[in-house]
Order: sequence, then structure tokens, then C-alpha cells
Amino acid sequence: MKRAPIYGMMAEFDSPTHLVDAAHRTHEAGYLKIDAYSPFPVEGLAEAIGFHKNRVPLVVLIGGLIGGLSGYLLQYWISAVSYPINVGGKPYHSWPAFIVVTFEMTILFGGISAVFGMLALNGLPMPYHPVFNVPRFAFATKDRFFLIVFSTDPNYSPSGTRRFLESLGPRSISEVPS
Amino acid sequence: MDEQRQPGAPVIEPGYTFGTVTDKISSIVLTRPTSNGWYLGFGVAFLLTMMMLYAVGYLFLRGVGIWGITIPIGWGFAIVNFVWWIGIGHAGTLISAILLLLRQSWRNSINRFAEAMTLFAVSAAGLFPLIHVGRPWLAYWLFPYPNTMNYWPQFRSPLVWDVFAVSTYATISLLFWFIGLVPDLATLRDRSTNRAAQIIYGILALGWRGSARHWHRYETAYLLLAGLATPLVLSVHTVVSFDFAVAIVPGWHTTIFPPYFVAGAIYSGFAMVLMLAIPIRKFYGLEDFITERHLQNSAKVMLATGLIVAYGYAIEAFMGWYSGNRFDSFLLWNRLHGPYAPWYYSLLACNIFIPQVLWIRKLRTSPVALFLVSGVILVGMWLERFIIVVVSLQRDFLTSSWGMYYPTRWDWMTYIGTIGMFLAAMFLFVRILPMISIFEMRTLLPEAEVKE
Repeated sequence: MKRAPIYGMMAEFDSPTHLVDAAHRTHEAGYLKIDAYSPFPVEGLAEAIGFHKNRVPLVVLIGGLIGGLSGYLLQYWISAVSYPINVGGKPYHSWPAFIVVTFEMTILFGGISAVFGMLALNGLPMPYHPVFNVPRFAFATKDRFFLIVFSTDPNYSPSGTRRFLESLGPRSISEVPS
Repeated sequence: MDEQRQPGAPVIEPGYTFGTVTDKISSIVLTRPTSNGWYLGFGVAFLLTMMMLYAVGYLFLRGVGIWGITIPIGWGFAIVNFVWWIGIGHAGTLISAILLLLRQSWRNSINRFAEAMTLFAVSAAGLFPLIHVGRPWLAYWLFPYPNTMNYWPQFRSPLVWDVFAVSTYATISLLFWFIGLVPDLATLRDRSTNRAAQIIYGILALGWRGSARHWHRYETAYLLLAGLATPLVLSVHTVVSFDFAVAIVPGWHTTIFPPYFVAGAIYSGFAMVLMLAIPIRKFYGLEDFITERHLQNSAKVMLATGLIVAYGYAIEAFMGWYSGNRFDSFLLWNRLHGPYAPWYYSLLACNIFIPQVLWIRKLRTSPVALFLVSGVILVGMWLERFIIVVVSLQRDFLTSSWGMYYPTRWDWMTYIGTIGMFLAAMFLFVRILPMISIFEMRTLLPEAEVKE
């Protein structure tokens, strides 16, 4: 019988300091396809695993611009083109009156892009993930810190990677079935 | 956090670890048995909600004639309550967004339920304009959408601005609250032993696994959302004040309205936060997380915003005299000596004079005193909106069109009913969701700091 393919090798740590240190050393040892898991955002952890590209701000900027522009154009088209009504001699294109809705639409679209853009870039929602196969991983949302080396990393080898992770002084090491 | 930057009482009592913080907050939802007090409180709130539904149902049957509104006072309770509720909501966004940007980490233990309070307050607020329009089944006409009548909203009207401001505010508040909940829902998913709870919390947690890449994007998105919510919350009550200030009615047509409304909103919102936080920390034993420091800070915010509100009243009175406009001076006279004068004096007592006791440190740190003062402020802020709406409309330019406003029992049933609806939602919230942000509490612990 063929064994299930292996997703990676996971090490468990006690403290955020220990995890950041381990992540640094793993990255420096040449492992590039790695990830770390923590119960709260840990400062410097993303840099330690070599993650620098964050496109959330760009998504929010584009979303906000689309919201503001469409808000203004909607009001212009309605008030000056489709349904022009003379109210007390005010111009049809009375732009100062359109600022409030333009502003609210900017915020609305920017906020929606921030939330859904972040979820999409993170690949969420994803109810199943191989890391959940490790029973101890349930503590990743409480008080434990995990580091994983993916089996797709060119330097990955079942025994070599295990030996390397053991040298980092973890609490435990487990193989992650995919 | 070093001690120099954190004067006074601690934000979280010493001796907690990641594990105990998690267990303490999640056990309230997962293992703690539902107490009789909860059933009693929820039962009363639920009955009040039913009373509101009865009043609103009868309103749909008979129309707004069952309320006390008549010309010249066409706004009445519906608008008073709308402004009161939406103002209360403002403290939640202030705590979660503005204090986040200002790096006030003490907010971490009160932001979650303050945001929930915002959501429920905005829901209660949104109900009032909806049922006030007379034909609520056509309320969607307020939104621009292509239709066979070839008709569009009038974008030069502050009432249309208000539709956009309030609906944006409700949407962003919901997103902000939900996205803050996601990591804690994952904690509940992993901690619960009940299969149904695991599935429900699991679906809501969206498969959150705490990856460093995810946290990095999450923090960016959260910060940007806070940056967007900050001008939003200031704009919402500003636009609400435009509903008044753009009209030419005496007492409404002033430029002080936007800042004065925003300050009043935060004032009443913090009062509601304290009225909720003080019993919650007592009944659920959360004094270690919601400490004396939180109560003191909230009291100081109330003191500051209360003084801005007092300045607003002073300027209104000053302009009544200084403008030389006979209608404005008459409004001032009417407030002080007219038929609603007792209401105006109660307003001054509740909003300006009584809250000054918060200067006394001993009262600022006493939960009972703070609870009582907060109640007084909430009554005062309701009276403020009553004075603004009713007394200005009651006697405007033409003596022949003067009138009086008498709220009916349907007005009171709807108003008190929305308080019941708000409380019922809060009761459910503390029972099924973590009322304190667990992951943000973990970051407050000294061991969360990465040492080089």
C-alpha cells in the first residue's frame, strides 16, 4: 500500500522569541518554503520566514478609488444627465453637495476591499488544511508556536530536515500528512 | 511594555499566561453554565423586544397617526431616538479604531463588546427612520436604483447623505467586528468539545490557522480598516447634524453642530460602554481584564467630551444673544421659560453639572458611582436630542403655526422596546461569542514580546 504523501515537517515551540529565532535559522539554513503559526501576530515573524510582499494596501487603494469615482460619477450622471431637476436655481452639477456621498462610497469600497482582499490573498475561507492533521496543532490558537518546512522545498528530506529541526530545540516534531 | 509608559493601574493583572487568558475568556462561552440571572435578564429584554414588535406592528396597521407627531412637530420621538442610538454606537468605533491608531493598548479588553454595542445600537437607530417614513415597505426608494418610474434620489439633500453615511457605517462596523472575531473563532473551534459548536465556530472561523503570512496581511488590513473607520465615524454624526444644520429652523441652522454632535455622540457612547462593562466585569469575574484603569480612562473621556458639549450649549446661548436675530433670541427664551423649560434644566443638570463629580478621583474609580453617572449622562443626551428636535420645531417663525408635542404610549413602547432589543442582543452576544478579544489580550502579556 502506498503511504499518503507528506506535506511537511512541523516543530512546536514554547515562546514567540523561540519561534522567531528558529524561523530565522531555518531560513538562513537555506529552507525557503517554510511557514510559521502563532496564536497572535508576532512582530518580525513574517520577515523571519522571508515574507515581504504585502499587496493589501494596493488592493485597498484601488478599491477606495473605484468607490469614490463611482460615487461621484453616479451622482453627476443622475443629477445632471438622467434626472435633472432645478432646485432653487442650483446648478445641476452642484459638486459641493456630492462630496459627502463620494466620501462615504470611498470608505465603503476601501473597507470592503480591505476585508475581502485580505481574505482572498490569504486563500481563506479554507476549512480543510493539511496542518490540521497534526493533533497538537489545536494549540496553535492557544499558547503554542509552530514552524513547518514544506516537503516541496528542494532541500527537504525526511531525515535531514528532522535532524535540522531537532537542532533548534523544539518541544516536539511531527510529520504532517497531506 | 515598560513601566514608564504605563502609569497607574495595570491594563491586565499580573500572573496570566497565554493559556490562562485563553481559558478564562473562552470558558465563559464554552463551559460556563448559563446562569439564572442570564435567563432573567434575557427574558425581560426579550419581552421588551416583543413589546416593540407589537408597537411597530400596530404602526404598520394604522400609520404614524398613532404617534404624537403633528405639524409643526413632524419629527418627534423617531428622530430623537435615531440620533440617540446612533450616537451611542460611536464609542465602539472610537475605541476600536481611533484608540488602535493612537496605540492605546488598554482598549484591547473592551473593544470587542464595544464594537458589538455599536452594531446593536446602529440596528436600533436604523429602525427609526425606516418606520418614520410612513410607508416603510417603500423605504428602498431611498437608494439609487434603476426603476420604471424613471426616478432618482435628490443628492443635494442631507437626508440622502444620511442614508449613505449610516449604511456605510453599519457595513464597516460589521466587517470590523467580524474580522476581529475570526482568530478568536478559531480558538473556540479548537477548544470546544461539542461537535455542533466545532462545526459552527469552524465555519465562522473561515479556516483560520494563524500563519505568519496571514497575520501579516491581517494586521495590515485591520490597521487600514481602522484608518478608514476613523474619518467615517466622525463623518457619520456630522452628516446626522447636517440633517438639522442645513435647515433654516432656529436652533438648527448653526455651524457648531457637527463637532458638538460628534462630541455628544462619544459622550453618550462611553456612558453606555460603562453601563455595560461594569455589570459584565462583575458578573463574569473579569476584573483582572477590565481593570480600574479602563474605568478611569473612560471616565476621563466622558469628562472631556462632556466639556465640549457644555461649550456647544454655551455657544448656542451666546449666539442667541449676540446674533441679534429675533428668532434665535426667542429660541433661547423659549428654552429657558417656555413649556419645555423643565426638560431644558434637567438636560443642563444631567449633561453638564452632575458629571462634574468625575473630577473626584474617588468617584472615578468607584464602579457604582460611575454606573450611576453614566445613566444620568444617557438620560441627559436623550433630553438634548429631545430639546433640539421638539423645542426648535415647536415655536418657529409664525405664531399661528406654533404647537405642542405629546408623545403617546406607542412612542414610549417603541423607544423602550428598542432598549430591550439592544439588551437582548447583548445578552446573546456575551453567551455565544468571546466578549473580550482573546488574541489581542495575548499580545498584552509580557511574554508576547520577542526578545532579541
